[in-house]
Amino acid sequence: MRIQLDFGAVLAEWPLLLTGVGWTLALTAVAVVAGTALGVGCAWVRARGFGADHSPRWLQALVGGYVELIRNTPFIVQLFFIFFGLPAAGFKLSAETASFIAMVINLGAYATEIIRAGLEATPKGQIEAAVSLALNRLQTFTYVVLPPALKKIWPSLVSQVVIVMLGSSVCGQISTKELSYAADLIQSNNFRSFEAFMVVGAVYLLLSFVVRHVLNWLGATFVFGRR
Amino acid sequence: MPIVDIRALRKSYGSNEVLKGIDLQVEPGEVIAIIGKSGSGKSTLLRCINGLEEFQSGELTVDGKPLLHKNAAAMRALRQRVGMIFQGFNLFPHLTVGKNIMLAPSLVKAKDTASGEAHARALLERVGLAEKFDAFADQLSGGQQQRVAIARALAMEPAVLLCDEITSALDPELVGEVLRVVETLAQEGMTLLMVTHEMNFARRVSNRVIFMHQGRVHEMGPPAELFGNPQTPELQQFLKSLND
Amino acid sequence: MVDFSLWDIFRNLLLALRWTVGLSLIAFIGGGVVGLLLLMLRLSKLPGATVFVSCYVQLFQGVPLLVQLFLAYYGLGLFGINTSPWVAAGMGLTLYASAFLTEIWRGSVESIPRGQWEASQSLALNFAEQLRYIILPQAFKISVAPTVGFLVQVIKGTALASVIGFMELTKVGKTIANATFSPFLVFSCVALMYFVLCYPVSLYAKSLERKLHAHR
Repeated sequence: MRIQLDFGAVLAEWPLLLTGVGWTLALTAVAVVAGTALGVGCAWVRARGFGADHSPRWLQALVGGYVELIRNTPFIVQLFFIFFGLPAAGFKLSAETASFIAMVINLGAYATEIIRAGLEATPKGQIEAAVSLALNRLQTFTYVVLPPALKKIWPSLVSQVVIVMLGSSVCGQISTKELSYAADLIQSNNFRSFEAFMVVGAVYLLLSFVVRHVLNWLGATFVFGRR
Repeated sequence: MPIVDIRALRKSYGSNEVLKGIDLQVEPGEVIAIIGKSGSGKSTLLRCINGLEEFQSGELTVDGKPLLHKNAAAMRALRQRVGMIFQGFNLFPHLTVGKNIMLAPSLVKAKDTASGEAHARALLERVGLAEKFDAFADQLSGGQQQRVAIARALAMEPAVLLCDEITSALDPELVGEVLRVVETLAQEGMTLLMVTHEMNFARRVSNRVIFMHQGRVHEMGPPAELFGNPQTPELQQFLKSLND
Repeated sequence: MVDFSLWDIFRNLLLALRWTVGLSLIAFIGGGVVGLLLLMLRLSKLPGATVFVSCYVQLFQGVPLLVQLFLAYYGLGLFGINTSPWVAAGMGLTLYASAFLTEIWRGSVESIPRGQWEASQSLALNFAEQLRYIILPQAFKISVAPTVGFLVQVIKGTALASVIGFMELTKVGKTIANATFSPFLVFSCVALMYFVLCYPVSLYAKSLERKLHAHR
């Protein structure tokens, strides 16, 4: 039995693939910015022992519940809940909006734990020095605690971003036009299923590599580099 | 009027009482050395004065104002009057030396960047590290880091400087450069409270030496008297153990 | 529209949960076996072994699980093998798990201080003996917590098998949600069931991690 693979038929559809890459990157970018911000805020609420007086119990419980819920359920279920489930409760969303929201909420929960670990690793002496210099809590957090913490956990955060980027492939299941949706569309036209997903798999591999290096560079340049 | 006024201060960690009733009045410009065995409560006392430790009973007044732990504004004001230098330096590793010094004045005293930078450079000059303005902490030796820490504390223009064993973590050959800076500060009239093991330095520079033992001020007096003529057996034994 | 009571919905989801658990175990155990072989291969220092395993890991960690499952599904079809969802999902998830597990275990071995290798070598132990008596026993202890933690990822991964037709919790949930027109209720139940499955495992992994650090 001969297996005939025809990658050409797939590569001919490069506009679809390009659109897919665009959507995948857009979903990831929004998730990175909003999800990290959400993660910093939630980590601040949840972190213990780095000098902050604690946030109110109810807020800690709320954030804790959010984080554990997201981390212990599959992303596809979260996406389906937002896209299919919420309209029944009155919130109608487009596929794209639902995808963006799901990505942000998902990365936010993982980012919270990663950043929290960084915050809690702050040496006590740093806090004492800041306190002795009369900095208030917010100033201590913003200028003394957060920058070194971000630097320390940056690789973990970048890894998580790559994971979430790969996870965006699920958004194609609700017809968001990202990369795996493009593969599905292509193979439904020319029946080159295996080749389509091989090509798309290779593109994801390339994207993982690029995104990882870009984010590491961004971090070193803008977030915690030596200027 | 004493700049630091401590009366009947008591502090416990759980059931363990660490400070058993401290009475101490510090006049402006005084240099006080606090000596004693580890566990005698020396560092704890110092850390009470700038509020890093809370005490359970007694009174602590700085510059006429009592210490109010729950009052954030009062504590912030306190820390602008009282500075601290730590055994472990605690420089901020992600900021340059210059930025380390400029940070607190810009945030707490709303100092603008230009005058903040000029002030920082002047302070670095004063501790002998003018050329290190753009360096990072991990590029400096221990002695240099501690001198930067001193400059950082001075940037807030405190009335009192607390020094918590500031040379204990330094290699012996680096101790001198730090002590020279402290001596200059003493000569310029800064009020200093130093927990130290450097007895020669204490003898030379301080106006008063306090020997603490098991949470109390055991003996107190001018250095010549305390070192030359120790009254209590505990102090005699302590001084003897240093010479062994 | 079929009339389903809440209990009907719940019961059907619980039945589907069996398949989620089954697939998770197959992938985790199968992935463990393959992962262990890959670890041995890597440690064997055969020429090209490190490169091969490293590429293997990067491949499975750089491609979405969804795409891997599609490739398993369509790939098996190319070879004319009966593409039952069980086989495709089982194979896809097993390979996926093997890459992550071998990487976790490699990390554990590499975290053993150099001094352990040197000391055991100075006592005239050969490589196999070093691994067996000194390195692997220590690496094993370190690896338990993250390995258990990965089980949670596998369980969540089974949800994607729904996309290639495997009748597990998510697929059945979607079907029932469509049939009953109550997606909010159904997907809430689905999420809850995954949570009940995963959260205890997460907690266990965390407690293992704490115990490990308490010993050091």
